[in-house]
Amino acid sequence: MDIEIAQNVTIAILFMGVLGLLLSAMLVFADKKLWVFEDPRIDEIEGMLPAANCGACGNAGCRPFAEALISGKVSPAQCTVSSAEAISEIADYLGVESGDVVKRVARLACAGGNHVARQRARYEGLESCRAAAVVSGGPKRCSWGCIGLADCAEVCEFDAITMDHHGLPVVDAVQCTACEDCVDICPKGLFSIQPVDRRLWVACKNLEHGDAAENDCEVACTACERCVKDAPEGLITIQDNLAVVDYSKNGLPSPVATERCPTGAIVWLDDDLGPIKGVKAKRIVRNEALPL
Amino acid sequence: MGLIDLLFGLKSFTHGIHPPYHKDTAGKPIRRLPFPSQLVLPLNQHIGKPAIPLVRKGREVVRGEPIAKADGHFSVPLHAPATGRVRTIELMPTPRGPKSDAIILDVYEGSTQEVLWKQPREMSDLSAEEIIRAIQETGMVGLGGAAFPSHIKLIIPEGKQVDTLIINGCECEPYLTCDHRIMLEHPKALIQGIHYAMRASGASQAVIGIEDNKMDAVEVLRGNLSKGSPVRVEAVETKYPQGSEKMLIKSLLNREVPAGGLPADVGVVVNNVGTLAGLGHLLPEGRGLIERVITVAGPGIVKPGNYLVPLGTPVRHILQQAGYEGARTEFILGGPMMGPAVSAMDTPLTKGTSGLLVLNEPSIEEESNKIWPCIRCARCVSACPMYLNPSMLGQMAAKRKYEEMAQDYHLNDCFECGCCSYVCPSNIPLVQYFRIAKAINREQAT
Repeated sequence: MDIEIAQNVTIAILFMGVLGLLLSAMLVFADKKLWVFEDPRIDEIEGMLPAANCGACGNAGCRPFAEALISGKVSPAQCTVSSAEAISEIADYLGVESGDVVKRVARLACAGGNHVARQRARYEGLESCRAAAVVSGGPKRCSWGCIGLADCAEVCEFDAITMDHHGLPVVDAVQCTACEDCVDICPKGLFSIQPVDRRLWVACKNLEHGDAAENDCEVACTACERCVKDAPEGLITIQDNLAVVDYSKNGLPSPVATERCPTGAIVWLDDDLGPIKGVKAKRIVRNEALPL
Repeated sequence: MGLIDLLFGLKSFTHGIHPPYHKDTAGKPIRRLPFPSQLVLPLNQHIGKPAIPLVRKGREVVRGEPIAKADGHFSVPLHAPATGRVRTIELMPTPRGPKSDAIILDVYEGSTQEVLWKQPREMSDLSAEEIIRAIQETGMVGLGGAAFPSHIKLIIPEGKQVDTLIINGCECEPYLTCDHRIMLEHPKALIQGIHYAMRASGASQAVIGIEDNKMDAVEVLRGNLSKGSPVRVEAVETKYPQGSEKMLIKSLLNREVPAGGLPADVGVVVNNVGTLAGLGHLLPEGRGLIERVITVAGPGIVKPGNYLVPLGTPVRHILQQAGYEGARTEFILGGPMMGPAVSAMDTPLTKGTSGLLVLNEPSIEEESNKIWPCIRCARCVSACPMYLNPSMLGQMAAKRKYEEMAQDYHLNDCFECGCCSYVCPSNIPLVQYFRIAKAINREQAT
């Protein structure tokens, strides 16, 4: 009886062993036959990239970007998330130039915090700009301006957006990777991705004219055309009661255009000092929110 | 269709809710309001392309005269609701939110209610195409609230046939009674309008669906129909959202509109009673839509009632006439379930506004504004008239999985009736989430 059991066990072990050998032989064969060459540098470079998969470089993620780097289609500096050291490391590894790409950041075309922009009603409901925008365009009198319920700060994966005490989002240029998440979420379409060297900036989207615009918000563009006259010809135009800077003439902008702006809607962005208003701009001393 | 129908002979759909109806103004006859000193007439009161202004600053217009023309086929013209002078054309707030171009009219003090501009026409020998063109000229849109151009609705897409015209007299939103009063006071114009719409769409029969809390309207309309008329009146169960197009088709004809389809796919066209009564008035006289009936109601209103108001009347003027009280007030244009809140007192009344409600206490108590987690009680699932799963959709919305919501959970079949938010014991603003999701999906698609 014991012998029979021993036999059965032996047969089972042998059978499974042979089966395992056969299947592993098939796997070995398949591995050799179906093997695809992949550049080992892809893995290396992917390791050096930030693994944010944000898509700001225009590729689907970090690995496709690494592949594009090796094929030479892009330069390392096009990754907006990596630090300068990481980019030069990748450039050294590949033996290419790191490329000269101007850093791009998200910019908000509104300066109407609750201390300057008038509210016309109190909004009660879901704490989200998107939800507030559905209810007759939000609580602000300016129906183009920032609602200030921080959808952008919430959606930003890099913690680059914080809300200031006037309820306006502030973008940290160092943290911002230009991934465009805030551009997509803003119901008023106030964010856009801009190269940092575009320093002349119109921080307003109000399409009203003159007093009507200023009644909505103290820092609105009133379409007075002073900046158009002060700037080199053709640099600034008024379109739909709003000053528009032609950035294709990038050699021309200077702070001169901002100087006579009565509301300070057009600003000169300084790396250290932030937005600088013209000397003629109405001074805003109020710090608390405007009443309803 | 089901047990209730078998027991009581009442037609209905499954799911839905029974909010408190507050139809307190049902007994108040329609009254005219005096003209305000200034009318604000947005050029985009309808869905589709905004109208093109025909007048300039300083031009004098008489009551009824066209002041803006339709921009192509998917648009309707606009007529002056009062005699006066055009002050300017500028950006003004609208009920839909963003400011848009509006004609501002200074009304002459001696302006009378007499309509001075009309082009009477003989209706009996018009073909279907001619009727549809005439409907576009009246500037008529769906007066139930959607403001969809009426002539587009009556053009049947090629390859489809319509056998039934459904007339929506449900008025399932709480508070609103303007359609009820129109059925009681203008049954002849309504039946006239139904005949025009039947000729335009080629429908061979018409069914008026009225909720059973308005049996007096059912009686009046039945009394006005001759024997052998292709029009019949049916009472349906009082239930929200009975007045939704798809629900009413299901209740009255037991036909189901396919997902993403139109009523024409099942051989039906649906129109609101206000729209058809308006057409019955306007078409033979060759006039434009210049005024509409609205219900002014709510606990904060001193003189609630049903008022015939010229289009473009600012909310402020209506409130001055009807009187309101209470410091902490909420103003809603339309019904409380789907109507948007107003954020500016100079917002004008437009073609799609069916009511003005003033709720002087916060509609939900301060404390209960807090959103609690979903406890998966599935009340929303059994309330959703479209058989969606709002609970699941809400959780996906919180994770911003908007595309998946549309692809796998039929988000686009949601017509934002608000039943899910109404029944949710955790106070989750489900329908608001879905509105956001739908808006973002629409933006991504373009």
